[in-house]
Amino acid sequence: MIETLKAIAGKYRNSEGNVITLLQDTQEAFGYIPKEAIEFLSKTLEIAPSRFYGVATFYIQFHLKPRGKNIITACCGTACHVKGAERLYNAVKQELNLSAGQDMTEDRQYTLEKVNCVGACSLAPVFMINKKVYGKATGEKLLREIRSNGKPQDNGK
Amino acid sequence: MANNITIRVCMGTGGIASGGAEVLAAFRQEIDAAGLNAEIRENCATHQVGCRGLCARDVLVDVLVGNENVTYQFIKPDMVSRIVQEHIINRNPVAEWTVGEEYHNFHNKQVKVVLSDCGRLDPENIEDYIAEGGYEAAQKVITSWTPEKVIAEIKASGLRGRGGAGFPTGVKWELAGNNRSDAKYIICNADEGDPGAFMDRAVIEGNPHSVIEGMIIGAFAIGSKKGYVYIRAEYPLAVDRLRLAIRQAEEKGFLGKNIFGTGLDFEIAVKLGAGAFVCGEETALIASIEGQRGMPRSKPPFPVNKGLWQRPTVINNVETLANVPFIIRKGAEWFASYGTEKSKGTKVFALTGKIINTGLIEVPMGITLREIIYDIGGGIEGGKQLKAVQTGGPSGGCIPADMLDLNVDYESLAKVGSIVGSGGMIVLSEEDCMVNMAKYFIQFTQEESCGKCVPCRVGTKRLLEIMERIIGGQGKEGDMELLETLSNSVKVTSLCGLGQTAPNPVLSTLKYFRDEFEAHIIDKKCAAKVCKALITYFILEEACKGCGACLRACPAGAITGEKKKPHKIDPEICIRCGACFEVCKFRSVGRD
Ligand SMILES: Cc1cc2nc3c(=O)[nH]c(=O)nc-3n(C[C@H](O)[C@H](O)[C@H](O)COP(=O)(O)O)c2cc1C
Repeated sequence: MIETLKAIAGKYRNSEGNVITLLQDTQEAFGYIPKEAIEFLSKTLEIAPSRFYGVATFYIQFHLKPRGKNIITACCGTACHVKGAERLYNAVKQELNLSAGQDMTEDRQYTLEKVNCVGACSLAPVFMINKKVYGKATGEKLLREIRSNGKPQDNGK
Repeated sequence: MANNITIRVCMGTGGIASGGAEVLAAFRQEIDAAGLNAEIRENCATHQVGCRGLCARDVLVDVLVGNENVTYQFIKPDMVSRIVQEHIINRNPVAEWTVGEEYHNFHNKQVKVVLSDCGRLDPENIEDYIAEGGYEAAQKVITSWTPEKVIAEIKASGLRGRGGAGFPTGVKWELAGNNRSDAKYIICNADEGDPGAFMDRAVIEGNPHSVIEGMIIGAFAIGSKKGYVYIRAEYPLAVDRLRLAIRQAEEKGFLGKNIFGTGLDFEIAVKLGAGAFVCGEETALIASIEGQRGMPRSKPPFPVNKGLWQRPTVINNVETLANVPFIIRKGAEWFASYGTEKSKGTKVFALTGKIINTGLIEVPMGITLREIIYDIGGGIEGGKQLKAVQTGGPSGGCIPADMLDLNVDYESLAKVGSIVGSGGMIVLSEEDCMVNMAKYFIQFTQEESCGKCVPCRVGTKRLLEIMERIIGGQGKEGDMELLETLSNSVKVTSLCGLGQTAPNPVLSTLKYFRDEFEAHIIDKKCAAKVCKALITYFILEEACKGCGACLRACPAGAITGEKKKPHKIDPEICIRCGACFEVCKFRSVGRD
C-alpha cells in the first residue's frame, strides 16, 4: 500500500488544490479510501487530515468503507425515474438479499448503488454493472446478468 | 470515386450500450473476410462516430457507397454479414433494416450547429475535424484579430449561456477581458448535473475539438493562459475522448506553448467532478477545482472579477463554447439569423420520457413545443395522452399540455414559470403523477443541498417532508398553502441558485396541476396510479379464473383462494407492490 501511496503523493507534491485528485487516485488504486491512506498522505504532503476527510465526506463519489467486488449502479435520473427505475432497484435489492440500509452483500461480491444520472437518458431505464451500461433495462434482463455473475453477455436492447 | 465505401457506426454512450463496439468489430471482421474483393477492402473504412441524437434506434450505422448514404437502425452484430454481402458486395441495400420515415422526420425540423459534426466525424481523430474547417476559426482569430474584435463578434451574434442562466457570453468575456491581472482563467463547465440531460456529454463524445477550439478563442479574447474543463467522472467515455483530443491538439501546436506559432501560450487541464450537483454552480465549481468542499459563496464578487485562485475567471458551459468556432467561421449574422429577437441561435435538448423518438435534438430557439413533441419526437409512447413537459430539471418547472404552442426560448419559458435550463426536456403522459414528479425533484435538490445556508438545507427538507406526507396518504388541509409560503421563502433567502430555484418544480405543479394535489390530499387518490400508498388492489371475482398466478407472485402473502375459484386480496396485509396486477393474464386484478 505504501508504495502505491508514495507514487500517488509523488505525482502532486504539496498543493492543497490537489486534495480531490489525490483522493480520486487513492480510490482508483484501492477501491475505497482507507484510513491509513489519509494518514500517510497527510503526513507526507503536510496537509491536515481534516482537509481530506472534509472533501471525502462532501462528494458522494468517495467511499471510506470497502466496497463489493462488483458494483451495480441504478441510474435514478429523471428519465429513468419516470420509466420505473425505483421498481428495478427494488427488484435487484431483493435478489441480492439486501436489507434496508445495507448496500453491500455479506460475501462482498456486490455493492448496489444509486447514481443521479449517467447521461444515457434515451435508453432509460439505465443500469450499470461495473463499467458496462445496460439500456432499456428490465428486471428480468438484469437479474439474468447478475445471476450469470455480472459478466455481461449481451448488451441490452 | 464511385467505389469509395465508408461505414459509420454510432459509438456514443448510447451506441455502445446498445452494442456499438460489437457491431463495429463485426464489420471489420466481415470486411476482412470478404477480402476476396481487394478493391472493396482498400476503399472501405470503418469509423466510430459520436452520438447523432436518435439513441432510441441504436445501433445506427451509415453505409456510404460513393456519395450515396444508407442509414440502418437497430443493428446487431449478427446482422452485419448480410449487410456486407448484399449491400457492400452486391450493391443492394437491405431495405427492411434501413431507417424509415420517423428517422427523417426526426431530423427535418432540426438545425444542427453544435451537433452538426457529431455522428459524422471520428471524435478520436483530429484530422477529421480539421478537414471540416476545424481550428480555422481559432487560427484566424489568434493570428489576425484583436481580442476586442472577437468580443464584438460574439456580442453581435447574441449568443447567451447554455448552462442555465442565459447570460450574454460576449458581455461575460468583455467583463473578464477588461480586468487587469497577472493571471486569468477560462473554465468549461461540463458538470452537467441536471438528471435527465446529456447534451454536454454528447457534444464532448461526438466532437470534443469544437469545445477545445471554443476555449482557445475565449482564452484569447480575455487574455488567459490556462483553462480547465470540469467534467463529471460519471462520463468516462467523454473524459477519455476529451483527454485524447487535448493531446492531439497539443501535438498540432494548437495548445501548449507558442500556439499557432504566435508566441501565445494556452494550456487546458481536465478536472474530474466527484459527484455533487451543486458543483455545477460556478462559485462551488471554483472551490472544487481549488480542492475544497464544493460549496458556493455569495456573489458579488463575480468570478469575472474574482474567480479561481482569486483571479478573473470566465466560466462557460460546454454547448456555449462549442457554438463559438461556428460563429467565428460563419459570422455573427449567420448565427443571429436563427432564433428569436432575444434568444439567438439553436439549442440542444435531451428529449426523453414518454416520447417515441427519445434522443438529442438541436432546434432553432423559438420553435414551439408542439413541433418538438409531435414533429420531431413522433408523439407520445403507446398512444397515451400528453400531460406535461418538464424543462430545466430540478430548477425548472412543468408546462401543461394545453400550452403546447408556447415558443421555446429563454423569455417565453420564464414567463410560464419554467426555464430553458441546460436543456433537459422530459415528456410526461397520463401515466405520470405530477405530485410524484414534484416530490422527485425536491428530493433530488434536498439530497444535493450542500448545507451551507439554512433556507436551502432546512427548507428543502421541510418541503420534502410535506410532499412525502401527501404522497403517503397523510396530506392535510392547508398543505398546499404551506408549500407555497415555504417555497417562496426558500427562493428569496437561499444563498445560491440551487436553493433559489429548488422550489420551482413544486410551485409550477401547484400552479398547473392543483387538481392533482387536491386529489392526493383530500380524496387520497392518485389518478395516474403511481403513488403506492394511495392505490388499493382488489380482485374482480367475475373475471378471476383462480389460476393462482397472483397468489404465487404476492411477496406479502396477502392473497388467498382455492384453485379454480376466485381469489381475494387482504387489504390489511397488501403492501401495494402491484406484482399481482402485473402477472394476471386475465386482467382480473383491479386497482383504484
Ligand atoms: C445548482 C446549480 C447547478 C448548475 N449546474 C450547471 C451545469 O451542470 N452545467 C453548466 O454549464 N452550468 C450549470 N450551472 C450554471 C453555472 O453556474 C453557470 O451559470 C454556467 O456554467 C455559466 O455558463 P454559460 O454562461 O455558458 O451558461 C448551475 C447552476 C446552479 C445554481
